[in-house]
Amino acid sequence: MDFQLNCPVPLRHDTIQMAHGGGGRMMRDLLEAVMLPAFRSEALDARHDAAVLSVDGCRLAFTTDTYVVRPRFFPGGNIGELAVYGTVNDLAMAGARPLYLSVGMVLEEGYAIEELRRVVASMKAAADRCGVSIVTGDTKVVDRGKGDGLYLNTAGIGAVPRGLQVGPAQVRPGDAVLVSGDVGRHGVAVMSVREGIAFGTPVESDCGPLHGLVRALLDGGVAPTCLRDATRGGLAAVLNEIATDGRVGVEVLEADIPVIPGVEGACEMLGLDPLYVACEGRMVAFVPGDAAARALEILRATPGGEGAARIGTVTEKGPGTVILRTRLGTRRILDLLSGEQLPRIC
Amino acid sequence: MRFVDEYRDAAAARPWIEAIRALVTRPWAIMEVCGGQTHSIVRFGIDELLPPEIRLIHGPGCPVCVTPVELVDKAVAIASRPDVIFCSFGDMLRVPGSGSDLLEVKSRGGDVRIVYSPLDALKVAQDNPLRKVVFFAVGFETTAPANAMAVAEARRRGLSNFSVLVSHVLVPPALEAVLSSPQRQVDGLLAAGHVCAIMGTGEYEPIAKRHRVPIVVTAFEPLDLLQGIHMVIRQLEEGRHEVENQYDRLVRPEGNLPARELVREVFRVKDRAWRGIGVIPMSGLGLREAYAAFDAERVFDVEGVGGPESPHCRSGLVLQGIIRPRECPAFGTLCTPDNPLGATMVSNEGACAAYYRYRRHATD
Ligand code: SF4
Repeated sequence: MDFQLNCPVPLRHDTIQMAHGGGGRMMRDLLEAVMLPAFRSEALDARHDAAVLSVDGCRLAFTTDTYVVRPRFFPGGNIGELAVYGTVNDLAMAGARPLYLSVGMVLEEGYAIEELRRVVASMKAAADRCGVSIVTGDTKVVDRGKGDGLYLNTAGIGAVPRGLQVGPAQVRPGDAVLVSGDVGRHGVAVMSVREGIAFGTPVESDCGPLHGLVRALLDGGVAPTCLRDATRGGLAAVLNEIATDGRVGVEVLEADIPVIPGVEGACEMLGLDPLYVACEGRMVAFVPGDAAARALEILRATPGGEGAARIGTVTEKGPGTVILRTRLGTRRILDLLSGEQLPRIC
Repeated sequence: MRFVDEYRDAAAARPWIEAIRALVTRPWAIMEVCGGQTHSIVRFGIDELLPPEIRLIHGPGCPVCVTPVELVDKAVAIASRPDVIFCSFGDMLRVPGSGSDLLEVKSRGGDVRIVYSPLDALKVAQDNPLRKVVFFAVGFETTAPANAMAVAEARRRGLSNFSVLVSHVLVPPALEAVLSSPQRQVDGLLAAGHVCAIMGTGEYEPIAKRHRVPIVVTAFEPLDLLQGIHMVIRQLEEGRHEVENQYDRLVRPEGNLPARELVREVFRVKDRAWRGIGVIPMSGLGLREAYAAFDAERVFDVEGVGGPESPHCRSGLVLQGIIRPRECPAFGTLCTPDNPLGATMVSNEGACAAYYRYRRHATD
């Protein structure tokens, strides 16, 4: 079946629900019904993490993201690092070298300046680690009770190497699907703090930059057809987006998808599927099949990519569909999630 | 997790599949009682691995799915009050009432919170003495002890702003109903391991005897289920009908005695309506008179609240194993997880949700 959505799709709700921001089907529907028809542009239609724009013969990648995480500090990171790495990663996913960031802050009346200092310091450290400069910003304060302490927005610009084309439209049957490490850590780390649940093994967020991995691939002569960082909606959402936007089928092997025991255990307990749990430092890379072995070697030799694995292959069958081969050898759909993942009862 | 991996390994599963194949001489229908088992079966495609003689039927064991629409409406009414903090497990938030669901209440400004244990809700009550905190106590025998403990604790601490909206159901009366039905198709049962971890296996003995069905207490991983199916088939082929325990790494015949005692102290058994199915005698739990002050239905006077169920929904038939989700005309068209008509389409353990999520299109 061909899902070409040209006209606004009808929405079930007439007010915004939490799931509209969850990275699943409802968010996609909202974009398609409200944002895309209004903002239509060639760069936007490419549906990538960053827009690639030609400016006086140079190709620039441009992206923005807003961070509303609770708790603001979690095992393995905080909202400030997340905001820097998130935007750096979106640029890197377009193949770009990240250069400059802007920072917008919405502060709630009563928010502790001491904490703000800590957040800002870790933003600076994160920017230094990525070799980007924070060059402009904006600060607003809202009444007490009208915000959640601190919201951050970052936007970024990066330079795209000449001739490089990375995006869903480049993906071809036969491409290998790689991940740069185990999935699901960020979501579990945040949940463990937010909900005050202690899991057997403490799980640290994977929050971190991906531009080094991309650089290493390009320097090593591997030209990925598409790159995407797995954030909200997790690995499953990324695979579905690429399958839909690239009009290809994707088949992945459950047994080859790396998940650490702490994440697996926590998900088991809460009735969640780790493939839908958010990551903040994991890249899904599509590379031509014959470059897969080389790409894996490069990723594993680069900091942040030690746990890289090949998890599947792009196919001609069933464009827009992701098939999961289970550990028992059976096949099933790995669908886009409807609504948010909600932990179960028993 | 090593623990989980061992139970999901293809190489380990193969001998069990072979063994089942070798045993079967004629068609048998086995019902897995619990929605957790249903999801495992559909998610891992266990039914596809079995010989064609064996048909798996999905049972009524999803507490979210069988919570009556009227009770969801009461939850919505209570949660909509500005003085209330309404706490629930995540599962219940998307379950449709006759008009609205709890997520919608939340988006309209209601203070609806997801908790992971009733004791978390108790803490919310302690931290918010000026608000009324209500916990939606849903579940089978499994969650009853923790809910009983929360109520007992609330009384001990003299918390007057805490109450529970009780929606507890019991498995044995439901099995009794399924097995007594003239439409019965079931030859053997896989009983839910975690329910038995609390309640033990004693209640199943008379059911197995009376209805001449083998009942095997089974855990939730693919290998557990395959072993359980093997045990049921062996009994069927040998003409036995006994209660056996596959999940002996956790389940003791007597169950968890202190937990059972606590449940008895706080709850009493009563008649109970099951969504889509109707009233099953003595199949639910309600608070004892001594704990009436913690009963949200009394505290908030929601007598008479509640509208009708969607006329299109066949979840009652799905829950009794009479039809499969795909045989419901609304499946995937009128009814999807984004726009569910019945609870079985949204619960983590609902059969319609399992089929929508894993089997919506043919995979070949
Ligand atoms: S598919 Fe929807 S309407 Fe049909 S039985 Fe399931 S929940 Fe009810």
